[in-house]
Amino acid sequence: MKEIKAAMAGNVWKIQVLPGEKVTAGQEVVILESMKMEIPIAAEADGVVVEIKVEEGGFVNEDEVLLTLNLE
Amino acid sequence: MKQEERLESWVKEITTGGAEKYHDANKQKGKLFVRERLARLFDDGRWTEDGMFANCLEDGLPADGVVTAMGKISGRTVCVMANDSTVKAGSWGARTVEKIIRIQETAENLEVPLFYLVDSAGARITDQLEMFPGRRGAGRIFFNQVKLSGKIPQICLLFGPSAAGGAYIPAFCDIVIMVEGNASMYLGSPRMAEMVIGEKVSLEEMGGAEMHCSVSGCGDVLVKSEEEAIEKAKAYVSYFAPNYKQLPEMHKAKEPKSLPQPLAQLIPANQNAPFDMYSLLDGLIDEGSFFEIKALFAKELITGFARIGGRSIGIVANQPKQKGGVLFHDSADKAARFITLCDAFHLPLLFLADVPGFMIGTRVERAGIIRHGAKMIAAMAEATVPKISVIVRKAYGAGLYAMAGPAFAPDCCLALPSAQIAVMGPEAAVNAVYAKKIQSLPKEERPAFIQEKREQYQENIDIYRMASELIVDAIVPADRLRQELRERFDLYASKYQVFTERKHAVYPV
Repeated sequence: MKEIKAAMAGNVWKIQVLPGEKVTAGQEVVILESMKMEIPIAAEADGVVVEIKVEEGGFVNEDEVLLTLNLE
Repeated sequence: MKQEERLESWVKEITTGGAEKYHDANKQKGKLFVRERLARLFDDGRWTEDGMFANCLEDGLPADGVVTAMGKISGRTVCVMANDSTVKAGSWGARTVEKIIRIQETAENLEVPLFYLVDSAGARITDQLEMFPGRRGAGRIFFNQVKLSGKIPQICLLFGPSAAGGAYIPAFCDIVIMVEGNASMYLGSPRMAEMVIGEKVSLEEMGGAEMHCSVSGCGDVLVKSEEEAIEKAKAYVSYFAPNYKQLPEMHKAKEPKSLPQPLAQLIPANQNAPFDMYSLLDGLIDEGSFFEIKALFAKELITGFARIGGRSIGIVANQPKQKGGVLFHDSADKAARFITLCDAFHLPLLFLADVPGFMIGTRVERAGIIRHGAKMIAAMAEATVPKISVIVRKAYGAGLYAMAGPAFAPDCCLALPSAQIAVMGPEAAVNAVYAKKIQSLPKEERPAFIQEKREQYQENIDIYRMASELIVDAIVPADRLRQELRERFDLYASKYQVFTERKHAVYPV
């Protein structure tokens, strides 16, 4: 299981994946909005999305878990 | 035995180093013997050595565990101290320390770079009275390092452990190159941590090369092998003059890497969308000339040496692709250190600004972002080398100041046509100024009002307005920027200044 974390504090702007979806390393899974900038968060490894821990519009702190992956 | 034969047998024994089992253990870990390291570092594998016979009357302490040498790299003289981990794990006895102090004195006298090839378990506790506390004890090594800092380049190659007090050798060097898997730095070993504070942790996690190069910031360059570390160290010194009295030499100019698209197309029109600053760098610098410092640490800011038309410079660039290019406490720290290094050795500075500002929020305030940010601004302000600030896209708030904005005496502040300078971006500004007014409007009227105010704001911070007010000195198309920088750095080359007169500043830390 791999946790994908927020690189910095900000709002969850877009969640780009659904639970059960396959993702590849480097793929954008969530876009945060912080300091008026788009902050794309990429999957660090290939895997399948298990659980999305945040909601669009919600605040996340740095290092907070956004979603979990089952590694392939 | 004839005298010559006697000498020969001494030399043979000493240059063989420690017991074979230690050589074998090193080989298993991909570690080279200290003399093999030196052979790779110096031109033609040749060097001149003092103190080879240190402690030769004691058994099992060839050269007292350290080789101190002078030789050439690319034809230029350098001094080296290199631990021998096959001799009592490279630990320091009294003569080890004396040899290190002497090679420091030699480097100071010759005004040449000093390399520290570190692979040492630290103090030889059995010898502590002779090597630890006195005037020429180990403390003197660090005192000398502090004194030599900024006079000559000090380069650390970390091949193995650098433990306890010994960990300050890398800390006082200009650059630390660490070999993944073998290099480590720590004040107390995991064993000691368990004994003294009850923490259970692995060496790699606590003080490994990867950790130091990405988390603590104690390491500057992470490499896979010792051979690569040595090549990197040689490349590093090629950017520097041997000492602060001289200027870096010009190298042969090279064309930049050929790019798939014009630079102007690389920069997104939407200020809030990320782009990769490395691709812009590629278009500005001589191909293959980038030597990055702290590539894995605080990636939202890029620092490194490069050449433009053969001239060595230092680059500080925001990276919008990482954390939006926002400045954090670690990135400010990274910049401050790099700018100080460039200024000490007359490397002109290029700032490429695309920065939404310094990060805000509880987390960073508690981390002391204000004092770390102050370090960056102080270092940049004090830098008197030729200093060019380029506003690539946005430069908002104190981000403009930190990236050598007009108030900080850059030799020029250039803007790309995409540049935007403001206290904050249009979205934030309209919100800040008209929040109450927006709330008081009926919901359906709000978007139009906000749009109108944003457009007004946009006009107010238009880059031609900035140029008209002499805030920026020139507007340069992206695809002409390299040429502009090349010419300007050439024109500014005669600049030599001391920042101001005083004993020294009270630096923010």
